[in-house]
Amino acid sequence: MYLLNREQRHTVNTTWMIISLLLVAFLPFLLFIGLYLKSLLILHDHSLFDLIFSKTWKPSIGKFGFYPFIVGSIWVTVVAMLITAPVCLLTAIYVTQYTKKFFLRIMHPAIDILAGIPSVVYGLWGILVIVPFISRYLGPWLGIKTMGYSILAASFVLSIMIIPFVLNILIEIFRSIPTELKEATLSLGATQWQTIKHVLLRKALPGIIAAFGFGLARAFGETMAVLMVVGNVVRLPQGVFDPGYTLPALIANNYGEMLSIPKYDSALMFAALLLLVVSLFFNLVMHFFIVRYNKY
Amino acid sequence: MDHDIKIEIRNLNVSAGKTQILKDVNIDIPKNKITVILGPSGCGKTTLLKCLNRLTDLYPELKVTGQIRIDDHNILEAKEDIYKLRQQMGLLSQRPYPLPMTIYNNIAYALKLRGIRNRRETHRLVMQYLQQANLWDEIRTRLREPASRLSIGQQQRLCLARGLAVNPEIILADEPTSALDPISSQFIEETFVRLKNDYTIVLVTHVLRQAKRIADNVVFMYLGDVIEQGSVEEVFENPKMEKTKLYLGGTFN
Repeated sequence: MYLLNREQRHTVNTTWMIISLLLVAFLPFLLFIGLYLKSLLILHDHSLFDLIFSKTWKPSIGKFGFYPFIVGSIWVTVVAMLITAPVCLLTAIYVTQYTKKFFLRIMHPAIDILAGIPSVVYGLWGILVIVPFISRYLGPWLGIKTMGYSILAASFVLSIMIIPFVLNILIEIFRSIPTELKEATLSLGATQWQTIKHVLLRKALPGIIAAFGFGLARAFGETMAVLMVVGNVVRLPQGVFDPGYTLPALIANNYGEMLSIPKYDSALMFAALLLLVVSLFFNLVMHFFIVRYNKY
Repeated sequence: MDHDIKIEIRNLNVSAGKTQILKDVNIDIPKNKITVILGPSGCGKTTLLKCLNRLTDLYPELKVTGQIRIDDHNILEAKEDIYKLRQQMGLLSQRPYPLPMTIYNNIAYALKLRGIRNRRETHRLVMQYLQQANLWDEIRTRLREPASRLSIGQQQRLCLARGLAVNPEIILADEPTSALDPISSQFIEETFVRLKNDYTIVLVTHVLRQAKRIADNVVFMYLGDVIEQGSVEEVFENPKMEKTKLYLGGTFN
């Protein structure tokens, strides 16, 4: 009936499982090592400090300063999170604590659909709607001259992209808090708002941090949609209405073309290495907070 | 006799959609006594408790009619101050749900809701309530630890202390020992017996021996109906209804 007997099938199956496990466990290391080896060329000529903090990006004369890209990435990510975090938190609290259950049942598929839209579509939407809105209305209204392609546009598109992900996690977190805990606080005479503020938020804190960390990592690494609206100007942005450039956009815009110049190629690998290190760092910090606040 | 009644339940009906959970329930709960509500699972015991402190408000699908009179106030009336009302009763649920904070703050939070903000007063009362709940001696050195690190039996006593901290007149307990080991259960039972001098206790249970040990009054419910109620001697020694006899004899169904 079978090619192998039961014992042999067991061995084959476990072997595959172990191989998959090793693959998953070692992939990040391999990635790291590969990127590191590829960026050795540029690291050989420039000090790490110089690469990260130098402001001039002129590959033609051998100047590779990543500072504008790093700052651009941070700007875009931070502003996107400033929009995302409060919106998601308030929405999650509202739909789980204040509305009827059927509302959530309608919301859930809607959120899932939003989460499934490819990022190019968000980018297009940014070009067609957000960029003109900023250059024609928001900028002039605030008395700022802007061409629309800006940190703000990128952050806005980004936040619309990551809101569904973060919101879904937050909703799950608030739903997983047992009703009895709520009843316990209410039975002490607490109002619903006191219950949310002192008990539910605290109970959910590790999860909230994890959700935001997840959103942050996604925002930091998002390439396409940002690249389409951020302006791609190598300059230190002075405010949210200035154009900027991000690390992922740098790689995506230049990788194919610059393979012929070894040093440029190596510089882009270094950018990828930076991205990897930063997202690892995000994860570590997140874990630290989750462990710290999970003791309750 | 009448002045001894703390809670009067009259024609209480609770339904969810087409299912009737409580049917025309009439119960008198005497002051400073332990009233045990007895019955098989799904007979509406927990719903009855939730009506008493209006946690039923959380479930819009529940329709509650009738009267529950506590000290001559019908608490089911909308105009009642629901927060004050809930502070009249401490709630102990099936499993302990300590608040996500330190042991000390679990009690201090309840005190704060009651309006006590003075630090020395808080200190004194935290100690007092933990002593009342028979917990102080075990945890006096661990007050700043997260409450979730206590054993489950200790957590339940912490929840009892927290319930007492809002200065209630009534203690509602919903199978408070069902998740606990025998020794912790005994602790809770002893505490109840000690507390009944100061509080009116309503205890929901399906443990017959527990009811026998600590009850003064027994209400036997089955499928949303009150079958029989009376003093523990009457109901246990001399049950009048056929269903009660069967249940007490352990040959139900």
